[in-house]
Amino acid sequence: MSLGLPATYGAQTRLIRRPADRWALVALIAGAFVVVPQIATDYWFSAILIPFLVLGLVGLGLNLLTGYAGQLSIGSAAFMAIGAFATYNFELRVPGLPLLVSLGLGGLTAAAAGVVFGLPSLRIKGFYLIVSTLAAQFFVTWALTKFGWFSNHDASGVISAPRLVVAGLDFGSPAGRYQLTLAIVVVLTLAAAQLVRGDVGRRWIAVRDLDTAAAVIGIPIGRTKLLAFAVSSFYCGVGGALWAFAYLGTVEPHGFDLTRSFQILFIIIIGGMGSIAGAYVGAAFIVLLPLAIDHVAGALFAGATDPSNLQNLQKILFGVLIIFFLVKEPDGLVRLWRDARARLRRWPLDT
Amino acid sequence: MAFFVEVLVAGLLAGVMYSMVALGFVLIYKASGVFNFAQGSLVLFAALTFVSLVERGLGFWAALGVTLAVMIAIGVAVERAVLRPLVNRPPMTLFLATLGLSYVLEGVAQIAWGAQVHGLELGITDVPFEIHGVFVSRFDLVAAATAATLVATLSALFKWTRAGLALRAVADDPLAALAVGIDLRRLWALVWAIAGVVALIAGLLWGARVGVQFSLSLIVLRALPVLIIGGFSSVTGTIVGGLLVGASEKLAEVYVGPLVGGGIENWFPYGLALVFLLIRPTGLFGEPAIERV
Repeated sequence: MSLGLPATYGAQTRLIRRPADRWALVALIAGAFVVVPQIATDYWFSAILIPFLVLGLVGLGLNLLTGYAGQLSIGSAAFMAIGAFATYNFELRVPGLPLLVSLGLGGLTAAAAGVVFGLPSLRIKGFYLIVSTLAAQFFVTWALTKFGWFSNHDASGVISAPRLVVAGLDFGSPAGRYQLTLAIVVVLTLAAAQLVRGDVGRRWIAVRDLDTAAAVIGIPIGRTKLLAFAVSSFYCGVGGALWAFAYLGTVEPHGFDLTRSFQILFIIIIGGMGSIAGAYVGAAFIVLLPLAIDHVAGALFAGATDPSNLQNLQKILFGVLIIFFLVKEPDGLVRLWRDARARLRRWPLDT
Repeated sequence: MAFFVEVLVAGLLAGVMYSMVALGFVLIYKASGVFNFAQGSLVLFAALTFVSLVERGLGFWAALGVTLAVMIAIGVAVERAVLRPLVNRPPMTLFLATLGLSYVLEGVAQIAWGAQVHGLELGITDVPFEIHGVFVSRFDLVAAATAATLVATLSALFKWTRAGLALRAVADDPLAALAVGIDLRRLWALVWAIAGVVALIAGLLWGARVGVQFSLSLIVLRALPVLIIGGFSSVTGTIVGGLLVGASEKLAEVYVGPLVGGGIENWFPYGLALVFLLIRPTGLFGEPAIERV
């Protein structure tokens, strides 16, 4: 180390580490657990915070697959559905199974399905892969509607939430559902952050950037891709179960249709592909934008607008934003935020 | 037996309708390597514009002319606003951009013309008639004939016009085409405009069949397996793929469907396409891709 750099990797990164960032993260999580439940109303929990957290988690799942490992999927909603229905069935058919265990098993079921539908990725790549994920999308919705067993023979395939009890504590209230979701989301997100920082994440990125080159340097492409499918589907599955039980309460297979898959894809395009924070920024954007449009339209036209027109307006806006971000900032909102922060840090020395 | 043939023929003719949507894809894919998810929205947009103009009292040909002009304008605008800034970006980015484009087109079409279902009368009576004990829909035959004419015309255009030659050159090697002075931008605008025209024809036939409504944009999902099976870059492939998908999904629905509870039409073509992808990833008529590091 002729440059006088420390010898180990850990010691080197310590040189550029900013402790303030870590404290900001700790403060954010602590604030979300302690402060938010004090000030938020039930409306905030049920209509904004819970869907935001769940969509962020699912977006994170898709981001691991698409943003990190480079495998495009437009079937995330299918894996959400599998997670939700599997969790429901574990709760229903195995008496006394703790909620968190059945959630985990639901996620694992989705992961297994993800591996199955990811198998074609060993032979095909790029946007051809959307055929496999679309097949998952249509097949899963069809199977869940057709076979009554999955929904305990409900006539329209609707499933309802089990009682949300963990370790004897009831999380049934809006604030409780929020805290339960938040805890799961925080744990899974920190795990994902570790995962992408380690060798698994590096392998995913290598496969994404140039898979032929990755194969040449000895990365097992097939296993790497399948692992990405499994982990991503696990996240989608857990997210789906939370979507069904912590957010909606009851859900039918068609709640997990192609539109939902597109919504999740939009989250990572707008938020930032290949970024953990991007999924949450994108989710916040996608949850808040429709509310903002409603408010603005309400203020401007005082209720004279047609709700279906508002929906179309929202569609146009999303479409334009997608194209805008792809053209101007493929790394999404997260990149804009990072650039702004970097500029602030240098200011006024260099602008 | 007669029943089997009847299902088969109905499937084949439905397949022709899928081919017409897939055709628009292939044109754009050949010229610019873009997998255009917005083709279904173009179909919806064209059909909705045409119907709404007719309902507002325009004559058939006038409405057709105006819609044609609109579709061509969209083609030019797409090249300008979406393709040009995204040149040299990975195919996945371009695909996602067309996904955004489809949202814009669907939103605009429904704000401009409303979301209700419109009936579309093309003056083709849909009476089934009998050939050797098999009933065939007259409308489907007209649709098949239209598709055949369309394919023949496009093939002729590709073969014998200067623009067609330029298109083939671009499909073969965009860089070389650029080097000999072919104006790529103009060509892309042209191809999107042609895809718009194909969308209009597909939209009219589909619209007359199932009514002009939002679900028209979803036929893009039916055309995708057709493309996989036929190959992304082959006009002939779309026809063969369309026939295969149409026939097999109808036969599967009738003969396999009852065993598993029915409604398998939605995903069966995807299963078929997956089998093709695993065995022959380039499709029946596609060109194999060569990989370089």
